Amino acid sequence: MSHILLRHREIPDINNLNVYTKNGGFAAFKNAVTKMKPNEVTDVVKNSGLRGRGGAGFPTGMKWSFIDNKNWPHYVVANADESEPGTFKDREIMEGNPFQFLEGLALASYAVGANVAYVYLRGEFWELGAVLDQKIVEMEEAGYLGDKLFGTDYSLRIYNHLGAGAYICGEETALLESLEGKRGQPRVRPPFPPAVGLYGKPTIINNVETFANVPMILANGAEWYKSIGTSDSAGVKIFSLSGRVRKPGNYELPFGTTFRDLIYKHGGGVQDSRTVKAIMPAGASSSLIPVDDKVLDTPMDYATVRTLGADLGSASIIVIDDTVSMKWLINKTVHFFKHESCGKCTPCREGTYWMSHLTEDLQHNGSTGDVDLLLNVAKQMQGKCLCALGEFATMAVVTGIERFRKDFDNEVRA
Amino acid sequence: MLLKKYPKEVQQILSKYPPEGKRSAVMPLLFLAQREEGYVNKAAMQDIAKILDITETDVASIVRFYTLYHDKKAGKYHMQVCTDLPCALRGAEEFLDALCDNLGIEVGETTSDRFLTLEAVTCLAACDKAPMFQTQGPDGIKYHENMNVDKTMGLISVLKKSVT
Repeated sequence: MSHILLRHREIPDINNLNVYTKNGGFAAFKNAVTKMKPNEVTDVVKNSGLRGRGGAGFPTGMKWSFIDNKNWPHYVVANADESEPGTFKDREIMEGNPFQFLEGLALASYAVGANVAYVYLRGEFWELGAVLDQKIVEMEEAGYLGDKLFGTDYSLRIYNHLGAGAYICGEETALLESLEGKRGQPRVRPPFPPAVGLYGKPTIINNVETFANVPMILANGAEWYKSIGTSDSAGVKIFSLSGRVRKPGNYELPFGTTFRDLIYKHGGGVQDSRTVKAIMPAGASSSLIPVDDKVLDTPMDYATVRTLGADLGSASIIVIDDTVSMKWLINKTVHFFKHESCGKCTPCREGTYWMSHLTEDLQHNGSTGDVDLLLNVAKQMQGKCLCALGEFATMAVVTGIERFRKDFDNEVRA
Repeated sequence: MLLKKYPKEVQQILSKYPPEGKRSAVMPLLFLAQREEGYVNKAAMQDIAKILDITETDVASIVRFYTLYHDKKAGKYHMQVCTDLPCALRGAEEFLDALCDNLGIEVGETTSDRFLTLEAVTCLAACDKAPMFQTQGPDGIKYHENMNVDKTMGLISVLKKSVT
């Protein structure tokens, strides 16, 4: 099957505006603005079954329909702060097929009545930022952005805003704080952004990959999109495959593809022909899934992966083989979250600090008592923080110890 | 003086945000201030505070919160190696150790010619192309992927030639 999102793999110069237009680009946007009511666009997206690709899997059309129409102006923000260890899909979309992403952002803006949209791009993507700035100028010159588009009263401007290195800004309310020029610390929710968002105004925030789906859905219809994937999770997903595989990379596949097909058929199998010991399906935030044949044959969609005691999240599949030490692994994830904790909630700030001391001790001279203490600290953090980061920091620790306890007992003092 | 030196850039940055959201310009202005010296000095923070009607403490708190801003002079280039889990599974830690040996410095240190500061950083979203790092210097931020020590030492000499 040819790609729906990573179309640059078949059409390498689709990042050129003329080539994108020749391949159907902006037809959906023009059609929507000139012939559809905003809520009709939202309805198509709703009926397509598209769910947010940033990790939570929330139905996209439903989110758009929550926009508060009593409070104006409205904003749309693209979350391009990709920084989950194991996730590297949005960068490929924006580099390879930038106009499809930007057209999706424009369609979302029209659907919710926003005249200004921002791309919150992680600052490390500095070079890509300059490219996107250029693409936005080209869209303005071609009449796809600006005032009175296609002779209607609808106007839209898109601006690029660079972050500066903070994982927490991928959390949508921390992102808004950062975009407002503050430290990126999450807000108390509710109210949610569709009611109170950027500058206190109703705001829709979606992931880059979510937006990239939208032009294809509008062009081909909700039924077409729903026919791909599974009944729980419609459409295609970009699976970022990393860790101990021969061919790491992005693989755009329908939901429902099995772990086995992803790792062996597409990813070329495990390095040095070792066996898969564990899978982290949602990057460093994942629960660890102990792998057997049944797990490998599990179809990947949001509901089915949950039956394995993990979330699919952003579908960043990290493959752990039987050479990897679990106490080493959790030390890595804990250090990441300790560094990235924004410091606002005490359980996360203090918990990641103490967990990192314990996981560090386990590398050298820890005891089984330390393992118990670590598990205890992690569990005390759960359910007590404003955003998901505090929760994410505990996932590999808790599931690592509970599901691979023997590994720890074999590797530390009694 | 930021405003005197880059009047056009400052105006262009401010024009991206509504008047009530003027403070949003703090991050792009900090990148602008950092452009020449590689770090944001106190005078620049005062400048930005003045332009945006916020306190200098507000500006300093932003500088310290985000890892891409620096408030101290370091090497001309920051070389920031990702050593997070997916990269570490593909040899990033061994790569960084070998790089330290070759450069004769530890992680966090600067070479004696003040050219390079070597740092270990968290995820740069290039997990399939490890070992990898970014350079942050006078030419902005650039990614270098699928690296080894030889390629990296070669890159350093090219960079040295380009700035002298």
